[in-house]
Amino acid sequence: MALRREVLLKARQEAASARLDALTLPAGGGWITRAREDALTRLRAMGLPTRRDEYWKFTDPAALVAPATDSAELLGEDPDGTVFDTIDRLKIVFVDGEFDADASDDLAAEGLEITRLAEAARHDLHWARDAYGLLEAEGQAPVERPLAALNTAFATDGVLIRATGKVSRPVALHYLRKDGNADAMVHHCIKLEPGSEMTLLESGAAAARFSQVLEVDVGDGARFNHVRTQGRDHERVSNSNLFARVGEGGVLKSFTLSANGALTRNEAFITLNGRDGVAHIAGAALGDGAFHHDDTVFITHAAPACESRQVYKKVLRGGATGVFQGKILVKQPAQLTDGYQISQALLLGGDDSQFLAKPELEIYADDVKCSHGSTTGEIDPEQLFYLRSRGMPEEEASALLVLAFVAEAIEEIENPDLAEDVRTHLAGWLDRHRG
Amino acid sequence: MEETEMLEIKNLHAQLEEDPDVKILNGVNLTVEAGKVHAIMGPNGSGKSTLAYVLSGREGYEVTEGSVSLLGEDILEMEPEERAAAGMFLAFQYPVEIPGVGNMTFLRTAVNAQRKARGQEEMSSTEFLKAVRDKAKTLKIEPEMLKRPVNTGFSGGEKKRNEILQMAMLEPKMCILDETDSGLDVDAMKLVADGVNALRDANRGFLVITHYQRLLNHIVPDVVHIMSQGRIVKTGGAELALEVEENGYADILAEAK
Ligand SMILES: Nc1ncnc2c1ncn2[C@@H]1O[C@H](COP(=O)(O)OP(=O)(O)O)[C@@H](O)[C@H]1O
Ligand SMILES: [Mg+2]
Repeated sequence: MALRREVLLKARQEAASARLDALTLPAGGGWITRAREDALTRLRAMGLPTRRDEYWKFTDPAALVAPATDSAELLGEDPDGTVFDTIDRLKIVFVDGEFDADASDDLAAEGLEITRLAEAARHDLHWARDAYGLLEAEGQAPVERPLAALNTAFATDGVLIRATGKVSRPVALHYLRKDGNADAMVHHCIKLEPGSEMTLLESGAAAARFSQVLEVDVGDGARFNHVRTQGRDHERVSNSNLFARVGEGGVLKSFTLSANGALTRNEAFITLNGRDGVAHIAGAALGDGAFHHDDTVFITHAAPACESRQVYKKVLRGGATGVFQGKILVKQPAQLTDGYQISQALLLGGDDSQFLAKPELEIYADDVKCSHGSTTGEIDPEQLFYLRSRGMPEEEASALLVLAFVAEAIEEIENPDLAEDVRTHLAGWLDRHRG
Repeated sequence: MEETEMLEIKNLHAQLEEDPDVKILNGVNLTVEAGKVHAIMGPNGSGKSTLAYVLSGREGYEVTEGSVSLLGEDILEMEPEERAAAGMFLAFQYPVEIPGVGNMTFLRTAVNAQRKARGQEEMSSTEFLKAVRDKAKTLKIEPEMLKRPVNTGFSGGEKKRNEILQMAMLEPKMCILDETDSGLDVDAMKLVADGVNALRDANRGFLVITHYQRLLNHIVPDVVHIMSQGRIVKTGGAELALEVEENGYADILAEAK
């Protein structure tokens, strides 16, 4: 066993040094450089993941780890128009991972302090100095997440947001892509002061290879809503890490829609730290062919009477692969925990697609309510016939049933306008992927 | 006045696709004229639901002989949705639950799909809403039921009333009702019967499948057929249903042999 661990670590460290040879720490100075150097130290100790890592058993990290990325063809404009376009929002634009001031709105909003990461060193942001990379570092145990440490060290851009009031107008991060080879890393760090509220939207093609870390500290009684749609270029690869901590009575709700993309690994590591905290995380993923989509979630209940939900739906066709690794860890003080987890796949057009699921519960408190379930199925022929007998053509009926299948995940979006916008984009995708 | 043949079934034979030894329909002959209500009665397992499914195009059955036409048009090669657009409607014996699809969305999508297939314009949403509300009200369907997912968590009676609501919205030419009365108490059955009677007109045909005579007190049929072992073995007027009610099927079936 010990020998095997050493062999694995050596392979990881070799992968890391190959990658690090191709990178240089971004200039910055001051506290941000120290945070990056700390992350680099963490990374060197862990190495980068390989297929032989238990946590990467179902997803080959090679394309995410390799020193260089393959180019990915650009799909161009979304025929349904840009998602969230009809939503009144404060828009922040990144092009190939770099902040674009001209295309972005003024970074000033009541109740929010927004600073560009690339300029963070020049500002003496006390809160950010104590926050950048902190939740990522804490999230390295019990399972290592080296790609996130890599991001903390090398991300050149992103935003630092501090919410001090209840802000209803969402902040929208939109990632444009111009370069076919763009290999981008962005890192956002968000702190919600007690009682504050904000909504974060994310959208856009981003990059050929996109790495993203989002650290969110939800203070006591604060509310954070997050709705994201991921790049729909077929060949793009991406990994994202959400690290969140939720304080007493705090609420975090995060939803992700992913359509297309060769490889997506979305990790979430959320800790409920104060009594009565709530964390809901949901995702809908749709893809065909060389589509590999992995949601890996780790929710820790560290305080009593918290509620968590994980709702994941994957629609897979033509050889696509869906992965779900979801864990609920209930620590000893977390009595009266309410934990729910569901992951389901709908396989369309035969059985050449696959869904690999590893749901886990680890419970050390005795008075808890936790349930989890995972299913793989096809469209129910009885339901299909019922709809067709009412006059709906087979494809329209199927699309309606696919939308019904993902409905439970979309219902996790609190704001009805945002939910409707996501639904419309989903319906558009289904329209174009019929047959 | 000359009668139009709404539905004409000739020598229909059908067996299970996956097991050709299970021959369920063994030569059904039946013609429903426009404006008429025909009833089919028969013991359990005689093939009534199978006939309804074969007529509406459900997969899993193979028609080996015979023909079916709707208003003179052969429908056996049509997809279920094409038959629906041509005017066929089946009120299911066991309406299907569809979690995640709102009843309203379902109704609107169905109505507009049929309109589109017939080259008509889509119904505007105000027009649609008004029509649904009016029809739901006469069937005593609560507005709240329209918002719920299709048939999901509905009681037996609610499911059956929902079938009639769909029928009322889609205004089909040929309505087949498969045991719409089963599982209903007297009040619910009366509501369903009123819903059906409201749709009776000279340009519409009905085929009412039932196991019991009591529904036929409320929907009085023009013709009653007795089905056994995949065939119509006796045909008569409304009085035939009373005969079944009093004496059961035994005598009729013995006589047919
Ligand atoms: N899918 C099926 N698989 C096996 N047997 C079937 C199937 N459908 C119908 N049958 C058989 O065919 C016969 C007629 O069934 P059905 O049409 O449901 O009768 P009814 O509606 O008159 O009660 C029964 O013996 C039933 O078991
Ligand atoms: Mg039956």
